[in-house]
Amino acid sequence: MMDENYNFGFLDERTKKMIRRALLKAVAIPGYQVSFGSREMPFAYGWGTGGVQITASIIGQEDVLKVIDQGADDTTNAVNIRRFFARTTGVATTEKTTQASIIQTRHRIPEAALTEAQTLVYQVPMPEPLFRLEPRRSETITMHALAEYGLMNVKLYEDIAQLGTISKTYDYPVLVNERYLTSPSPIPKFDNPKMHMNPALQLFGAGREKRIYAIPPYTAVRSLDFEDHPFEVQRWDHACALCGSGDSFLDEMIVDDAGSRLFVCSDSDYCGERREAGHVGTQQAVQMSNALTVQGNAT
Amino acid sequence: MYVSVKGGAAAIEASWRLLAEQRRGDTTLGELSVAQIQSQLSLAVDRVMSEGSLYDPELAALAIKQASGDLTEAIFLLRAYRTTLPRFGYSQPINTAQMLLTRRVSATFKDVPGGQVLGATHDYTQRLLDFALLADGEQPASDDAPVQATGPMPADMPRVNDLMAREGLMETPQPMSHAEPGDLTREPLMFPANRALRLQALARGDEGWLLALGYSTQRGYANAHPFAGEIRRGHVSVELVPDELGFAIDIGDMEVTECQMINQFAGNREVPPQFTQGYGLAFGGSERKSMAMALVDRALRSRELGEPLVAPAQDEEFVLSHSDSLESSGFVQHLKLPHYVDFQSELELVRKLRAAHASERQAPPQKEAA
Repeated sequence: MMDENYNFGFLDERTKKMIRRALLKAVAIPGYQVSFGSREMPFAYGWGTGGVQITASIIGQEDVLKVIDQGADDTTNAVNIRRFFARTTGVATTEKTTQASIIQTRHRIPEAALTEAQTLVYQVPMPEPLFRLEPRRSETITMHALAEYGLMNVKLYEDIAQLGTISKTYDYPVLVNERYLTSPSPIPKFDNPKMHMNPALQLFGAGREKRIYAIPPYTAVRSLDFEDHPFEVQRWDHACALCGSGDSFLDEMIVDDAGSRLFVCSDSDYCGERREAGHVGTQQAVQMSNALTVQGNAT
Repeated sequence: MYVSVKGGAAAIEASWRLLAEQRRGDTTLGELSVAQIQSQLSLAVDRVMSEGSLYDPELAALAIKQASGDLTEAIFLLRAYRTTLPRFGYSQPINTAQMLLTRRVSATFKDVPGGQVLGATHDYTQRLLDFALLADGEQPASDDAPVQATGPMPADMPRVNDLMAREGLMETPQPMSHAEPGDLTREPLMFPANRALRLQALARGDEGWLLALGYSTQRGYANAHPFAGEIRRGHVSVELVPDELGFAIDIGDMEVTECQMINQFAGNREVPPQFTQGYGLAFGGSERKSMAMALVDRALRSRELGEPLVAPAQDEEFVLSHSDSLESSGFVQHLKLPHYVDFQSELELVRKLRAAHASERQAPPQKEAA
């Protein structure tokens, strides 16, 4: 039940209004990082303070909230954040992607397609996609203003020249609406294509770095690549051991000390729905041997 | 089969219970009271208030108790409480020249008007463990008369810097601004920041971070030549002008430690050589913090004074972006959170690269036209 000692959603109404104004600006300029007066929250920085502030500012009594971390509803930080909102708002929570009106996420986009009625709130540690190349925000602000992204293209090119492939596997930079270079947050690049023309509103909150940005519904999101090295996503040699899905992002678990690995869906709701619908995986762990002796699938 | 990440909710509740046990410790010993912490661990309370940006010794002591003595965690608790408090308005600038002094030292003059007042300090203890404190019970009462100043201290003790400014040796203080100060707990800190905002960030900044940076300026990274012009500790009154009254009323006292560092400045074409100042202020008896803060404040004035920017301590964005102990502690410790998905992505890449490496070793390398 709702804790009456705090305002609905913990934040005071003036703060929510300030954040909603920042959100409106962010939606109006897709991919642009709007600075905002991030509040100190009863969560540690780096643990979702930005996402929590956005959710607190947009949530209403009719909303149904889902919180995931690494794709799963039952990871400790997701549990903690979901409880926080249950306690400070009393709104209904769910683990079903299709039933949620707001989904707060860390590191994944759900496998199930989202709809226009849904909002996806990302927790963002580092909103600045250029920070590893230029740590000074006073410099990157200018680079964004001039759409001067040569630094990132050179970095990706150098990866290909040195490794034969782009070494970014998560937080893979995207160009939003063909204008702003944007961090998708540390989602695996596997999820990047889901951002493109998504019917749902995508909001990004970085509390410690005090930035908010957004991808409005049906906005073009392009993962950076080259004509001769097109963007591609991870593929597994295995299917989910529980539900048999061959299209989802798989978590790998070490099940014994002989090198056996179990591959299962990272999206726990997706996996559960498939099993309920009668899909079954092999229920088997697989043996992984030394990669240097394995002919890997080099796609 | 796979159960290891299930049961997050139950695990969290069990963790709360274990934490409470850890905090309480051995139950055959009496429980520490908040009043005891407030009165006997007062310097810890002062640090928590300073970096927690809230002057409330009782709540700071409560936070220390709740955090089992982890001061950064106590600062977190106090900040998370502070963030919900309404803002009534801004106080008048405190007047430290009218401080009720308990300590005042100047390292630049042998004697200064008002005199040197050593006060309570660890400086001249010999850092020998006092085994009398180990035995239970009170320290035997001393036969010496309680320490008292020979006479009442003058109410108005001019600051050493002000005395030097009269002679023109010290830079002229900036005129007092009547504009409402910025508040970096309400607005994000953007760069370049003005000095008031920089001082605000430093006042909340982590003592260890400021200490290390201040120290670096003494070791040649920024070429500072600091002197402790004056360090004073005591109580000052806080005044507020309520809108409906239109004049200042005293809303209470607080204890602060102020440090004014004096640094050389070579001068330039327009300005003759003179001394410049770095400023530090912290709640209670946080002397190390206020001295370090003064050194860093002075280093951050390099751009304003036209000095070459060569050292980390002079780099405003670097210093201030990393000064907050909660931001750094939170982000460092978020590495405890699961990163399976990112790590899985990296695993996939490394396996792919290793497979490519293996096949290259077997077959003669082929030139790739990239």
